[in-house]
Amino acid sequence: MEITKKEIEHIAELAKLELTDEEKKIYGAQLKDILVWMEKLNKADISNTEPASYALSGKSHLREDKVKKFPDTQALLSNVPAREFDFIKVKKVIE
Amino acid sequence: MNAISIANKVKSGEIKATDIINDYLDRIKEKDKKINAFLEVFADSALKKAEEIDLKVAQKKPVGTLAGVPVAIKDNMLYKNHRMTCASKILENYISPYSATAVEKLLEEDAVIIGRTNMDEFAMGSSTENSAFKNTKNPLNEKHVPGGSSGGSAAAVAATMALISLGSDTGGSIRQPAAFCGVYGLKPTYGSVSRYGLAAFASSLDQIGCFTNNPEDMKLAFSVISGHDKKDSTSSILQQTEKKFDIKAIKIGIPKEPFMEGLEPKIKEEFLLTIQKLKNLGASMLDISLPNTQYALPTYYIIASGEASSNLGRYDGTRYGLNSKKADSLINFYKLSRGEGFGPEVKRRIMLGTYSLSAGYYDDYYIKAQKIRTLIKNDFKKAFTEIDIILTPTTPTTAFKFGDKLKNPISMYLSDIFTIPASLAGVCAVSAPCKNKTEAGLSVGMQFTSNHFNETSLFSILGLLSD
Repeated sequence: MEITKKEIEHIAELAKLELTDEEKKIYGAQLKDILVWMEKLNKADISNTEPASYALSGKSHLREDKVKKFPDTQALLSNVPAREFDFIKVKKVIE
Repeated sequence: MNAISIANKVKSGEIKATDIINDYLDRIKEKDKKINAFLEVFADSALKKAEEIDLKVAQKKPVGTLAGVPVAIKDNMLYKNHRMTCASKILENYISPYSATAVEKLLEEDAVIIGRTNMDEFAMGSSTENSAFKNTKNPLNEKHVPGGSSGGSAAAVAATMALISLGSDTGGSIRQPAAFCGVYGLKPTYGSVSRYGLAAFASSLDQIGCFTNNPEDMKLAFSVISGHDKKDSTSSILQQTEKKFDIKAIKIGIPKEPFMEGLEPKIKEEFLLTIQKLKNLGASMLDISLPNTQYALPTYYIIASGEASSNLGRYDGTRYGLNSKKADSLINFYKLSRGEGFGPEVKRRIMLGTYSLSAGYYDDYYIKAQKIRTLIKNDFKKAFTEIDIILTPTTPTTAFKFGDKLKNPISMYLSDIFTIPASLAGVCAVSAPCKNKTEAGLSVGMQFTSNHFNETSLFSILGLLSD
């Protein structure tokens, strides 16, 4: 199993991760090693087995879908790196 | 002194919370220059809290069960108006807008949060070497790592710079550093401690737990932080199994899997010694089989990395965190902010997770891993119909040296071979330190695993063993 530079670039694009050429090389090789290591799983008998997404079976407890105002808006806004008044500044979305 | 006796003395007015906290702040100042367990000490807010407790005692008002007890928290839990970075450059300047439920519960019982501790970036790692800020040293031998990812929390309790500390455990991140540093470390049943306010890594596995120097403090800390929370949809409404504990009626299972071979000699020796002690106490020992745990490690890395790649999507430099100044477009801004902000292990796991969730590979990796997770859960379910507790060492080796496993990610992943199965099954497990140390002064940890919501039997057995 080989992971090409093109594949690494495609995954990085999906993950929205800027990688240097050096990083692409390292992650390409390491990802290959990890995936080869994972081939071990092909030996497991999973016919007739349902996937488990959680450790405990049972219902999750969803809250009522009702809007509640966070008590301290300024505490949230103070973490925004670029803002004007109470708005978050972003790069141009539509060219 | 343990946490219980400190709290009792503070409550009775025999000692002042401010004196305790000043004493611990002095200790941190003296010891942490070498150990580097803390990323930040909250001296001002800790002393303020201590003064409030002393005032309540003076006014004869009721105080909590952890009155004046210094508690350190891992740097991935929110504490209102305090910094939380996940030991990552991407969150270097983040100030918590609210407190995690577990932190809130500690404060309600009058614990004093004295600081936030170092960790592997976003809890990804087994040595705390993946912190973007500094290396934490193992207090037992400073040439060795403290384990990870909650290495700072383990080291803080081991060096008595805190009486209790909180950590988070996704695949062993509390138990493995507890074993390396020679302290007690509990990973509670999944869903028993609220994850509200814990920075998400792998949501189906993450669980907050604690480090202490003795089983009694662990029991107390767990009783404070556990319980149903409406703010976490995976928080369980189920209660602790209350059974009368009689060691003579307890059956302990020893897995007979190949992964039990290849232990470091000292660990094997302590393991056999623990079995003998348990037999002497009257417990019966049984061989058991958990056949599918041989697949646990790769299964875990697929599930945890997949969930991480999704959870860490929120760090895009817009609402909080590092924002790149070099970008010329919105998409580039996301990519550059993330590229500059995340460290190597986090990037590696995002890449692996994105790969295994991407079109064409989803069934082969993610769904397959979830199916194997079912098999592993069933192994534990079956075992717990025959036995009450499973005993294994916590780790195959004692604490390794700095740099030993950094170049080869798989060798680092293998240090969690004993802890990961319980994480996938969501059962509770604890690492307890053995009395004898290695020649290098390092500690050996034993792992006791029990069924869901059966923490009390773990505390009972640890209590008997520590007597």
